[in-house]
Formats: sequence, structure tokens, C-alpha cells
Amino acid sequence: MVEEEGFQRYLAHVILWIGIAIVAFPVYLAIVASTQDNAVIANGQMSLLPGGHFLETYYQTLFVGTSGSTREPVLNMMLNSLVMALLIAVGKIAISIISAYAIVYFRFPFRMAIFWIIFITLMLPVEVRIYPTYKIVADLHLLDSYAGLSLPLIASATATLLFRQFFMTVPDELLEASRIDGAGPFRFFWDTLLPLSRTNMAALFVILFILGWNQYLWPLLITTRDDMQTIQVGIRKMITTTDALTEWPVVMATALLAMLPPVFVVVVMQKLFVRGLVETEK
Amino acid sequence: MQKQAIFQSKLLPYALVAPQLAIVLIFFYWPAAQAVIQSFLLQDAFGLSTSFVWFENYLELFKDPAYFAAIVRTFAFSFAIAVSSLSFALLLAVMADKPLRGSTLYRTLLIWPYAVAPPVVGVLWVFMLHPSLGVLSRYLRAMGVDWNPLLDGDQAAALIILAAAWKQISYNFLFFLAGLQSIPKSVIEAAAIDGARPMRRFWTVIFPLLSPTIFFLLVINIVYAFFDTFGIIDTMTRGGPGKATETLVYKVYTDGLLGGNLGSSAAQSVILMVIVVVLTGIQFRFVERKVTY
Repeated sequence: MVEEEGFQRYLAHVILWIGIAIVAFPVYLAIVASTQDNAVIANGQMSLLPGGHFLETYYQTLFVGTSGSTREPVLNMMLNSLVMALLIAVGKIAISIISAYAIVYFRFPFRMAIFWIIFITLMLPVEVRIYPTYKIVADLHLLDSYAGLSLPLIASATATLLFRQFFMTVPDELLEASRIDGAGPFRFFWDTLLPLSRTNMAALFVILFILGWNQYLWPLLITTRDDMQTIQVGIRKMITTTDALTEWPVVMATALLAMLPPVFVVVVMQKLFVRGLVETEK
Repeated sequence: MQKQAIFQSKLLPYALVAPQLAIVLIFFYWPAAQAVIQSFLLQDAFGLSTSFVWFENYLELFKDPAYFAAIVRTFAFSFAIAVSSLSFALLLAVMADKPLRGSTLYRTLLIWPYAVAPPVVGVLWVFMLHPSLGVLSRYLRAMGVDWNPLLDGDQAAALIILAAAWKQISYNFLFFLAGLQSIPKSVIEAAAIDGARPMRRFWTVIFPLLSPTIFFLLVINIVYAFFDTFGIIDTMTRGGPGKATETLVYKVYTDGLLGGNLGSSAAQSVILMVIVVVLTGIQFRFVERKVTY
């Protein structure tokens, strides 16, 4: 056995708690700030303990929005983010799993070419093709729409690769067995392959939901109407006005609401999250 | 690698790949091709005529000191973010790898920042270190630091690097922990029997065995610093003061917003594509299958 002296162990606990404190401090400040009075914060007199404006701030944030600049209720922004995140996550999984199914279980001309065409999109993140993609979405009249928010991001080389790899490990006997039962390609996919892919799909969903919810550059470009804003874009607009007018408690409450769903997913579905993270980076 | 048991159908497979193929062609390849073509064209000031100019747009870019500065800055940011985040995460992972009481709780409390979106990270940090109302700024000033990232470019850069590194700690921590747990205990015990003290064991046994993970994370962190810091920069500094925090991606964005030179903006996009291709290439060539989780 390797010795672990008491001191070493004690030191490890201390270092880990310091690490946790550093990681959590900005969020602690946000929680505290969201319960205090804006005038006090703006004076630079913010206390490090929670104040008494919790209900008031969160009510205003969720249902009214900032009193200055945009005046868009954050609840509406969260709904937009939710729709976008779900469309991206479900869309990516759906189109990837059927492409992988075609590539693994059929032989057809250009099969490998199509595989590579999908694979190479790994190298075309939205950041390198922003304006030409914007132009296409504008030409298709998809600005300020959920389709415009999600469609251009919905292809997924990673998910396709993942499902392809998984299908390759599914024993051939399963297909032969279901064929004897008279199942065609649809039945086999639906009754055999999909149930087997459940864990993979769930792990992937966790990662893709977080990815979708946290999209920023793309929604920033293609949404102009306030009621189509996602929460990530909305929060930036809240601090665009001159510093003196920024309503910090509302901004901090919005920041916390923006991180709530994805952080919740990570903490509650930790096993699936870790699995998804490791699998998608392979 | 091919499957032996397959279905026979002429049209079905095409129908199955059609949705993904359509999206990929319309929203990925078409715009990318547009960027490449555009980067070889020059439009006159009124947008009335365009001419084919070969590599002139690229040459102009490389002659432009502002663009060169953005390249250097982006690499410097990437390096600083990767090194600071990786070393802090490694320290935490080594500690969390010990047989401690409450180790699952520690893991939970360290991995959640992965889920915080870059613009939110920016908002949190800008508030904490705001020159006039930031809580930490008070202490910095009390220590005699003339803290004002709104005016001081170096301080603004430090702020971006810290915030970006903070977000990436959780990701690095998770992969380091997995890497550490895959090192056979027998190897470490053998070193202990040979009389190696914990510090020595770390540098001579654990660190070398972890090197594939370190290299993998280095590439991932550089990609992250190049592309995912956009949201952090946009909420914190907007590339300023001056151009002190303008990275390559941020420059493509602002140059395009101003609607100026189409050819130059396209050439910038193409250069970014080349960088992504190189980074992804490195990742697949050297990293795949050599990393043990």
C-alpha cells in the first residue's frame, strides 16, 4: 500500500476546498448581488451578505425585464433558449442516428464519400463561416425564427461518428434474428437498434442540450426582434447601456437563471454527462 | 471495417442521409465555399464591380500590422489560458484522486462551471472586477494596484485570460481525474516501495504517464481559447480598450459588422478555417487512441 500520511490527506482537503471556493466565488457574488439594492451596488458599497430584495428582483427579472434598455421579460428569453436548445439537441441526434444507420447497415454508391462530407464539417465551426451563413439564412427568410436559430447548427459529425461506432459493435446476429422474424429495415431500427442506443442517446442529449442552451454568437447575429432573444444574448444587451444605468441585481439574477438549467443537468445527470463528454471527444 | 449483415435497398439509404446531407451542404459547405471565393475577389468602393485578384486580400492582411498583432495576441491568450487552467486543474485532480472522504462531493462541486455559457462567465467576472463597483477591485486598490481594465489594455487582457481559464478548469479537471484513475495503482506502489516520496513519485511516474492526456487537453484548450472565448470577450471588453483584447474570431465579427471590406473579411474566415483544419488534424493524428480515459 502507498502511505498517505495524515498531513498529506489534510493538505488535499484544504487545497480542494480552496479550489472550490475560487470556482464558486463569482457565482456567490452574483447570488448576493441579485438580492441587494441597485443604488448600493452602484456606489461600490455592496455587502458580501445577502440582502432583502430577493423576491422583488426575481419577479422583475422574470416577468418584466430591465426598466431601461430592452424591457423583455427574462422568462420569455428562457423559453426561446429552451426551444432552441431542444431543437438543436433532438435535431442533431435524430439526423445523425439515421445517417449512421444508413452508413453502417446499407451498401450504396458514394457511401464513404457521404461519410467524409459529414465528417469534415468538424472543421467548419460556425465562427469561421458566420457572415456567408448569415446571408443564406437571410435569403431563406429564416432570420428571427426558431428554424433559423437551430437548422444551421443541427448537423453533427461527432454524433454521427459516435452512432456509427456504436452500431459497429452491435452483433450481426441481432439483425439476422430479426430478419428471421420478418422485420424490415424500419422494424429493426425501431425495435432493436433504438432501444439499444438509449444510453448513448441520453449521454449525447445532455451534452448537446448544454451546447444548444449556451449558443451565443449565432443567436446574436440572427435575432433582431427583442421577443426572439435568447437569454445569453439578452444578458449582454442589459449591460450595453452606460454603466450608470445598468441594473446590476437584474443582470446578476439573469446570469443565475441563464446558468440554472445547464448546471442542473450537469449536477443531476452527472454520470450521463461525464460519459457524454468523454465519448464526444474521442 | 464493414458489417457483414446488411439490408438491401437502393433508395432508402439516400433518404436516410438526405436530411443531414442537406443541412451540411446548405449551411456548411455553401457558405464555406462562398468565403473562399469571396476571398479572391475585390469589390470597388461602391460595390458596383468585382474583380479577381488572386491572393491580394491575403497579402494585404499579412501586411496589416493590426492583423499581425491580432494573430500574436490570439496565440498569447491561448497559451496563457491553457497553461493557467491546466496547471490549476491538474493540482486539483491530483488532490481529488487521493482516497479522501467526500471525493464525489468534491467532483460535483468542481465540474459545474463547464455548463456556464461564455457570455455569462463574462458578466460574472466583469461584475466582480468592475473598476468602480467590483468587490475584488476594492481589495486590489487597497493593495495599491491602479486597477482599471476599462482603460488599461494589459489589465483587460489579464481579466479575459482569468475568466476564460476559470471556465475551463472543470473540463480539464474531469479529464485529468480520469487520466489519473487509469494509471495502474501497482506502478505507483512499486515506486513507493523503491522509496520515492510523493513529490518525486508525481514527477517521475505519474506526470509522464499523464502526458497523452496533457497533450490532448492542450489542443482542446487552444481550440477553446480561439473560438469559445468570443462570448467572454463580447460581454467583458468588446475587444477593447483599443484593440487590447481583440482575438482573430472577434476581429472577423467586428470587421464584418462594420460592413467594410468583404474580400478581407472572407480571407480572415479562410485563414481561421485553415487554423481549425490544422488543430483538428493534430488532434486526430497524434491524440486519437493514445489518450487513455
